[in-house]
Amino acid sequence: MSSPHDSVPAVSDHGGSVPATQEPIPDPGLHKHTWRPTDVDDRLAKRAERQIAAMFVLSMLCAVLFVVAYFTLEIGDSFDTVGYLGASTVALGLSLAGALLFIGVGVIQWARKLMSDVEISEPRHPAKSSDADRAATLQSLDLGAKDSGIGRRPLIRNTMLGAVGLLGLPALVVLRDLGPLPGDRLARTIWQPGMRLVRDVLGTPVKPSDMEVGDLINAAPEALFPTEENGYEEIEGVELNVEKAKGAIIIVRMEPGDIVSTQGDNWSVDGIVSFSKICTHVGCPISLYERTTHHVLCPCHQSTFDLADSAKVVFGPAARPLPQLPLAVNEDGYLIAQSDFTEPIGASYWEREKES
Amino acid sequence: MSVDTSKVATSNANKAATPKNGGPAGSIANWADERLGLATVMKKNLRKVFPDHWSFMLGEIALWSFVVLLLTGVFLTLWYTPSMGEIQYNGSYDQLRGIHMSEAMASTLNISFDVRGGLLMRQMHHWAATVFVASMMVHLLRVAFTGAHRKPRELNWVIGCLLLLLGTLEGFTGYSLPDDLLSGTGIRAADGFLKATPVVGTYMSFFLFGGEFPGEAIIPRLYTIHVLLIPGILLALIAAHMLLLVYHKHTQWPGPGRTEQNVVGFPMLPVYAAKAGGFFFIVFGVIALMGALLTINPVWKFGPYDPTKVTAGSQPDWYMGWPDGLLRLMPGVESVIFGYTISWNVMVPILIVPPLMLVILMVLPFIESWVTGDKREHHLLQRPRNAPTRTAVMVALMTFYGLAWAAGGNDIIAIRFDLSINQITYFLRAAIFIGPLIAFWITRRWCISLQRHDNETLLHGYETGVIMRSADGGYSERHLPIDGARAYEITARDRDEIYELESDVDGNGVAAPGTRVNALRAKLSKSMFADNVQKPTTEELTEAHHHAEHEHQLQAGLDHPADGHQFDGHDSAVEGHELRSR
Repeated sequence: MSSPHDSVPAVSDHGGSVPATQEPIPDPGLHKHTWRPTDVDDRLAKRAERQIAAMFVLSMLCAVLFVVAYFTLEIGDSFDTVGYLGASTVALGLSLAGALLFIGVGVIQWARKLMSDVEISEPRHPAKSSDADRAATLQSLDLGAKDSGIGRRPLIRNTMLGAVGLLGLPALVVLRDLGPLPGDRLARTIWQPGMRLVRDVLGTPVKPSDMEVGDLINAAPEALFPTEENGYEEIEGVELNVEKAKGAIIIVRMEPGDIVSTQGDNWSVDGIVSFSKICTHVGCPISLYERTTHHVLCPCHQSTFDLADSAKVVFGPAARPLPQLPLAVNEDGYLIAQSDFTEPIGASYWEREKES
Repeated sequence: MSVDTSKVATSNANKAATPKNGGPAGSIANWADERLGLATVMKKNLRKVFPDHWSFMLGEIALWSFVVLLLTGVFLTLWYTPSMGEIQYNGSYDQLRGIHMSEAMASTLNISFDVRGGLLMRQMHHWAATVFVASMMVHLLRVAFTGAHRKPRELNWVIGCLLLLLGTLEGFTGYSLPDDLLSGTGIRAADGFLKATPVVGTYMSFFLFGGEFPGEAIIPRLYTIHVLLIPGILLALIAAHMLLLVYHKHTQWPGPGRTEQNVVGFPMLPVYAAKAGGFFFIVFGVIALMGALLTINPVWKFGPYDPTKVTAGSQPDWYMGWPDGLLRLMPGVESVIFGYTISWNVMVPILIVPPLMLVILMVLPFIESWVTGDKREHHLLQRPRNAPTRTAVMVALMTFYGLAWAAGGNDIIAIRFDLSINQITYFLRAAIFIGPLIAFWITRRWCISLQRHDNETLLHGYETGVIMRSADGGYSERHLPIDGARAYEITARDRDEIYELESDVDGNGVAAPGTRVNALRAKLSKSMFADNVQKPTTEELTEAHHHAEHEHQLQAGLDHPADGHQFDGHDSAVEGHELRSR
């Protein structure tokens, strides 16, 4: 904007609306408007016009391309072409982007090159209303209050406030049926004494001899895989998911001598221990096991538990050890639970200690 | 260029515009006005002036990406099924065919692989959401750093903060809808947050999920919240935000002719309508490009939700990263009082700190105006350096945010940089407290130094890079006065006033009411403003100029601004001018 010729001494005593005593430098006033090349050269204006029209034509072209791509490119079996993006997605996206961007660029070019670029000034007004308006409003409010008699009849006012306030109660109560009350549901899982531990995908039971030292098995209660043979009740849908979310366990085998402590006496079988898979922090399933340290890490917030030492927390935001599932072996040689967990699994909650 | 473009013009048109009657547009306008009476409102607003600055465009990105969200979102609702009913997937994606999953997940896969343009729209919707929250946040920083949240715009600032909160919640409910493994993990964590709420936690959890997690109610309920409840409130608040913007008129940077009493810029019609309207297409187009070329949330790779599974490196969308980071940093503290469990390890990072941060953000302009006692309206923006304490507070908050955010990616950082996740976490636990303090101190001193530099420039001119050697061999750098408009811009700011406690007793010698509050105010005012550098007075400027003129006489040589090429033969300022010859 300013060429070297424009530069004036930092202090000038001409122009400006603010008294010089207050402001060290008076307001020099708005920049003078200068012509753009397109304002004074018809050739350049025509060229800008052609540029803008060309953008709009390109946009039309892209819109047509979009329709062509929509009908010619297969979706479904071509999702892995063009860098796993899908030919249809890329073609549709690029043509749509072109159709939109060319309009945008064209319109802005129009505004910059051909529309008036004369800056105009508009006066501001205080945000508040004029004093007269305020007075009139207050007077109206006053009149309204007086006409209603709300000030003179406190009985009406107070009972009305009470009535309207109490409307909050129905509004709240009507939400009651959003869900059942918790009861002691969080404290129980589907595990029962004698229930076999089964692999979580196949549902096959586990024998201690199936496991090498260092192995980890993601397991589930057998009741989630009901068959005629095991005689468990049919379970599906919501109930299945709920019990799955609570009953998931991990079974690990370590050298019996490596076990420093367990949460109960005789809860392990030949170095095999089993813990709830659900993190006691906010309930992510835990899955990263380091066999040399017997540490298991939650991938969500990195709480780390030492499975050799009652799954106590060695690092991270969890506050409590993973609950341990007491193990035994049944007469057929399969791993079974001695009982349900002896404390609630998963994230802590207010009445947790009350129920266990 | 042979055309002289330097002459003064007052209009681009050759002739004055005269209102015309008739024409089809005229008759439509007439028809509409006779029924709606819009002319009275429109006459004021059609040529409403908006000032021009690149930073005023940030909020516009947020606005337009919201429009893109509405458009792409409606498209997605046409195929998405908000149900947790279990079905077998039989669509086009080979790897998951035959797998049991919720209808929500299956319909998301259907949109991605069997609806033409579906994956594009899904990715555009997700990208637009990240852009929406990001642009709101950058816009918020722009407003705070330039003091645009001062009177009369405090309420609009509060609305803006609520928009940021709602946008974040809208994002969370949105990315939870596909019911894939990653989002399901997020919902399970959210269930953990609810359960950590004292007294009513388990009830809230059971009511939200319609029973025990996961239940079958959460997806349809989140869907209603995502497509109806929050967008409705967002829309209303955005409307209020824009109406207040129009009513207050946009803030502007100080400059020649730009004062607290006016607003200088281009009129809405046609220039801003074109620029803003064109910008909508650009934002839309860029999001379309992102949707076409950048894969986001590939749910088909995560697979359907299974409460017993999780992937390593689980990360929420970026705007959820900082509370997630706080969650990772918080040590595992839990207390049991009278048999009731209080999970500080979840409550502090999720239920206490983020809402507290939002409240801090919302009250910033009110605290500032209370300390300064400044009840005037402000329409001129402040440069960040001219409010050192405010700038430093914002940078401290940003540092806190950034460190918490980094903590949210501590596993990724550990893997990428081959570091110990434990050490990163220990470091960040300390840094989250110390970092903001250091950032505050550095920023504040930095701002004050910049203020000092402004004054140097005003009083002694700018550094030309021209080194003068005096007759007795001393070297000095030549300073030249700066451009008048620039000098005005630098001085166009208020002098800070420090509030001082007049007397702590009233007329009767009794301790005056509110003295303690006022003493705090005085103390804050002093610590906020006492170190600031004020702009020079007229006397200081005059004196500096006398001094400069004297200096000029001593080392006469340059009679025009130096461009740094005076001595290398490339001097272009004045043709044929040879400094070397003097």
